[in-house]
Amino acid sequence: MDIIYTIWLRNIKRYLRSKSRIVGSLGMPLFFMLVLGFGLNSVVQIPDTGQGYFEFIIPGIVAMSVLFTSVFSGIQIIWDKQFGFLKETLVAPVSRLEIMLGQTFGGASTAFIQGLIILVLSLFIGLSLSSAAGFVIAFLFMVLIGIAFTAFGIAIASRMEDMHGFQLIMNFVIFPIFGLSGALFPISSLPAWVQPLTLLDPLTYGVEGIRYGLTGASQINPVVSFIVLTAFSGLMTVAGAWLFRKMSI
Amino acid sequence: MGAYRCALPARNATADSSPHSTIHSPHNTQGILPMPAISAENLTKNFDDFVAVDSISFAIDEGEIFGLLGPNGAGKTTTISMLSTMLKPTAGKATVNGCDILDQEDGVRKSIGIVFQDQSLDEELTAYENMDFHGRLYRIPGEQRKEKIGELLALVGLEDRRHDLVKTYSGGMRRRLEIARGLLHEPKVLFLDEPTLGLDPQTRNHLWEYIERLNREKGITIILTTHYMDEADRLCDRVAIIDHGTIIAMDTSQALKNQIGGDVVIVESPDPDAAADVLNAPWVANIERRDGSVVLSMQDAEHHIPEIVTDLHRHDIAITSLSVHNPTLEDVFLHFTGRSIREETASGMETMRMFHQRMRR
Repeated sequence: MDIIYTIWLRNIKRYLRSKSRIVGSLGMPLFFMLVLGFGLNSVVQIPDTGQGYFEFIIPGIVAMSVLFTSVFSGIQIIWDKQFGFLKETLVAPVSRLEIMLGQTFGGASTAFIQGLIILVLSLFIGLSLSSAAGFVIAFLFMVLIGIAFTAFGIAIASRMEDMHGFQLIMNFVIFPIFGLSGALFPISSLPAWVQPLTLLDPLTYGVEGIRYGLTGASQINPVVSFIVLTAFSGLMTVAGAWLFRKMSI
Repeated sequence: MGAYRCALPARNATADSSPHSTIHSPHNTQGILPMPAISAENLTKNFDDFVAVDSISFAIDEGEIFGLLGPNGAGKTTTISMLSTMLKPTAGKATVNGCDILDQEDGVRKSIGIVFQDQSLDEELTAYENMDFHGRLYRIPGEQRKEKIGELLALVGLEDRRHDLVKTYSGGMRRRLEIARGLLHEPKVLFLDEPTLGLDPQTRNHLWEYIERLNREKGITIILTTHYMDEADRLCDRVAIIDHGTIIAMDTSQALKNQIGGDVVIVESPDPDAAADVLNAPWVANIERRDGSVVLSMQDAEHHIPEIVTDLHRHDIAITSLSVHNPTLEDVFLHFTGRSIREETASGMETMRMFHQRMRR
């Protein structure tokens, strides 16, 4: 446990120290929130719930922010590999599982903080606080997304030599995961043949879970969302741990 | 702490990690020979069809400074990687501090400190935080950790910079910090992979002094790799010269130099073959042709110089230059391989590069 804490602590320290990274990765979510949220708010009304668009996409933007930060945190171990720091960790008498879990929780924590910042900012912009319990539910889903996708990032990083493949992963894996997740539009309004794709996307359940917590309405039962996302986080952690263990440096 | 030692039989080894089990523990005194700090038997590593380390064997005594000397790509780092459990050997076995590198990985890891060839610090953390991270990884209790970090940072002269980020450090400071970090958990054996690579002469001298002091005062066994002859000569009790994955000579550096057979005289001549024939005298211990010159080794070279000059002159063989020096490890390397370690450096790097590309495919 203390080893996991040690690795977690390093991640948090590095995160809090890189102010430019914190501010920088707020840019895109804020841009989405302001441009889409305000731009389309008067044009779009969500069927069924009658929500305004701004309210609708806040959970999606929060999920996006957590998604991007966590994948990036996971992939960051490539830097550690290139700058040699990973060797120092791997040659210590600790198991790779502990290292991987520490890295996962560290990445998930920073991703959670990043999502929280967006959430707090959106409170100032216009999100109305529904209930404290709702917030706790939203937090839970944010943490799950964080764990799942940090582990995913570590799994990918374990197979990558350097950062060259990063763009590829972003464009062909992360953006589709975000785009298909129902973060920006209701699932029910999609054509019938796209809907299964949406339901295959693990982030959908994260977005829906956060949406349920923040607005009290969701298209997927939050219990189902919770089960699916927890299972996916578990699966990703196992896959990440396995690939990380096999990684050679 | 620090007194960790694997004992035989292998299975009981981890139970033997109590704070009182030092090397001088009762199991280990009279009658039984002391275990070597490191022993390797036919250690081999292949990468596909490339043999990086080819069945090397050696034993290093406790408290010894042992040098692996060879050109880049000779297999030094691969050897270190296997001994430190970072790479699995293809064949052969080895123990470090009594722990088997295959069966007792954790025992090995607890026994060793390592300074890698490439930097392995977190630049975004301070020196203190890097040390603290290491101490926590090795499960050193809080108070003790704090005390030890202060002590070691003082030892390497970084006390007043302890709270500065490592990215503001110079190369020499980073190296010193890495050595301090490698000592934090009081290892029995310290691996130094090219410890002074890329450092200026003054810093190198400083580091050498640290290394000698550590060995003397704390009795730490040190195994270091280097391709600097002077470094091996100055620091190491014994040197193993390694080339193309095999150990070609191993002894104290004095004994290695004695094998040359005295001082080295290099005669450069437009007609080296003829010169070699003429100089084949009984007082010449060894004679070699090397490019455009003849390399002779002999005792008391100074007294034979006039003879060399007159002999060549009598046979009308011109002398372009003539030099005399005491034998160095460079000469030893040349003697055994027929190549200079320096000219080998580039091609060694080349092999490594090609090898890396092959690995990537």
